[in-house]
Amino acid sequence: MSTAAAMGPPWMGPPWEAEVLARDQETRGLCTLHLRLTDANARAAYRFLPGQFNMLYVPAVGGVPISIASDPAQPQRLAHTISAVGRVTRVLATLGTGDRIGLRGPYGRGWPLEKAEGQDLVVVTGGLGCAPVVAAIDYALARRTDFGQLVILQGVKHAADMFWRARYDAWAELPNTEVRLAADQPDHHWQDHVGLVTDLLDEVPLRPQASIALICGPEPMMLAAAKRLVALGISDDRIWLSLERGFQCGVGHCGHCQLGPYFLCRDGPVFPWSEISWLVGRKGF
Amino acid sequence: MIASRFLPRQHLQTLFDQLDALGYRCIGPQVRDGAIVYDRLGDLTALPIGIGAHQTPGRYRLEHQDHQRCFAWANGPQALKPLLFAPHETLWRTERDDAGRLAFTRELQPAQRQAVIGVRACDLAALALQDAHFADARADPSYSRRRHDLLLVGVECGQPADTCFCASTGEGPAISTGTDLTLTELDAGFLVRAGTEVGSALCDALPLRAPSDGELAQAEAEIEQARLSQHRSLPGRNLRESLFANLDHPRWDEVATRCLACGNCVAVCPTCFCSTEREQPSIDGSGSTRVRLWDSCFSAEHSYVHGRLLRPDTRTRYRQWLTHKLGGWHDQYGRSGCVGCGRCIAWCPVGIDLTAEANAICSDASESAQEAP
Ligand SMILES: Cc1cc2nc3c(=O)[nH]c(=O)nc-3n(C[C@H](O)[C@H](O)[C@H](O)COP(=O)(O)OP(=O)(O)OC[C@H]3O[C@@H](n4cnc5c(N)ncnc54)[C@H](O)[C@@H]3O)c2cc1C
Ligand code: SF4
Ligand code: FES
Repeated sequence: MSTAAAMGPPWMGPPWEAEVLARDQETRGLCTLHLRLTDANARAAYRFLPGQFNMLYVPAVGGVPISIASDPAQPQRLAHTISAVGRVTRVLATLGTGDRIGLRGPYGRGWPLEKAEGQDLVVVTGGLGCAPVVAAIDYALARRTDFGQLVILQGVKHAADMFWRARYDAWAELPNTEVRLAADQPDHHWQDHVGLVTDLLDEVPLRPQASIALICGPEPMMLAAAKRLVALGISDDRIWLSLERGFQCGVGHCGHCQLGPYFLCRDGPVFPWSEISWLVGRKGF
Repeated sequence: MIASRFLPRQHLQTLFDQLDALGYRCIGPQVRDGAIVYDRLGDLTALPIGIGAHQTPGRYRLEHQDHQRCFAWANGPQALKPLLFAPHETLWRTERDDAGRLAFTRELQPAQRQAVIGVRACDLAALALQDAHFADARADPSYSRRRHDLLLVGVECGQPADTCFCASTGEGPAISTGTDLTLTELDAGFLVRAGTEVGSALCDALPLRAPSDGELAQAEAEIEQARLSQHRSLPGRNLRESLFANLDHPRWDEVATRCLACGNCVAVCPTCFCSTEREQPSIDGSGSTRVRLWDSCFSAEHSYVHGRLLRPDTRTRYRQWLTHKLGGWHDQYGRSGCVGCGRCIAWCPVGIDLTAEANAICSDASESAQEAP
């Protein structure tokens, strides 16, 4: 028998053990777990790119793919923001400091940040879709001069679903950075846009020839955003989105994320609109 | 073409003995519960001698025939797939100690040299596809380990079933590659040709003689007849464009009224590779085992994402299966995912024939607006 670390990258498992360092309650149904691999060697070797994901395991319950929502410059401390929607995520949401789970990763193709150097970044997210893009924003802010204007648009359904408000406020203070928030259903505190996040695309100044768009959120929202960006003159190979399916293996073997010519876990989850537009929003795919 | 030699029927046992002496566990076809299955084979008397397999859409029956041949039947429900891609695989175990610390361990079974006798051309093509899938850059360790020491003795198909269409997909009935040893069965014995050095070494140890011209001509005629007897075919080798151009074809609705979404087709298909993972908690709560089971894109769970089902109905599931098998595979593996074995036709409880479905969908002139790039 050998341990996970001794077996090298745990492509097919077994996972590493990860310890919960801290837990933040973001909104009523949403929490962030800050995790640390307990094996020192595994922790030292672990690196990820913005947009990649980990498989998280709760023993005796199951495993789920969750985006890495923390700064890639600090891979020893991994943040995962989790919405409790089913069996596994509900248990994950109950964990607290000191609890231990399994973790395997990172997997997948992340955001095209090298390709985006010298360009404006246009981030359009809906709901929890902001989680996988936060790592990209952190990455860009750490290399601020490598990028042009930073446009960050986030939309939620109810105003109460808006989380990381402090982060958005801080980003809004930065030079050459445009932050806009939208809520479909505002409450009486809401000061920002009322409506869809895609409405905001018409309000911010964009340079279509010099922008790379990163989109993440529910599929109908991504579809609307991509179409709007194309209409605004951004070419379809400059628009990137992160897709979601019921990943199980993460390495292109189990078939759960098969879509047209792709296994989303391996070939994505991030795709340019030019490759995937013909299948996004098609019922049954 | 490598010259064939002839192994008289009474010496077939020598092949088994040789494999045994070399430390191979012999796997071969045998009759069990009314079907031909591949399992541990002690000696040649367990082979399906004088057995034929009558297969039509939704029907599979063995029948006794008046001959002594051992391989005069077309494929049973399974061949190589379960030997390499196990229907039930333990991935890892989790133990939790009193302090709540977790230990994850994986025990790989020690490799066992296996020799499979009686592999068909369709199964060899399917094996090459499973290799491309499981033994890729992130190779599945269990699959790779079992695959590593696998010796393959192929037997060319002289008696395809009504459901077979390997001639149309280009895999058979003759065997051109992928085996250590290839046999062609005749009444008096077998033409034998080696495909690898291991196969050549085996040949050296067998009491082979030169075949007569008559035997060579007979073998060729039987295989040619096997090719000509097949009457099903797909409407082309690459249906990617036409399938994705016809995602709204009414035939998807129609086939969904017949399809039971039982997943039999996927289970018997030698190329289908979907799996699902499950946790099996131990009774005392101290740990659990993560297992991987065969899965089917016809099940509801397969399309579960974020609290909803992507494919809530049989129409979208059948369409997922066929567009992937005959379409998406070309992008992913450079060829179709169908090797023409016909298993899914015979083992479908309602006799749905994918060649008929593909012909109906792809030959239709009225294409929807949706274009694949
Ligand atoms: C790349 C990627 C990144 C993601 N990032 C995040 C993120 O940052 N935060 C986040 O919250 N979510 C994220 N998700 C979504 C998250 O993975 C799903 O919400 C999660 O898998 C659902 O978990 P669950 O609690 O419902 O798990 P379970 O429901 O327990 O699912 C585990 C398995 O059980 C089976 N199953 C469970 N319920 C059913 C059912 N009702 N019917 C059929 N089968 C069922 C499925 O096979 C499933 O794979 C991401 C997904 C992907 C693909
Ligand atoms: S799709 Fe049907 S005929 Fe083709 S390989 Fe699979 S089981 Fe055989
Ligand atoms: S998650 Fe298994 S193939 Fe993508």
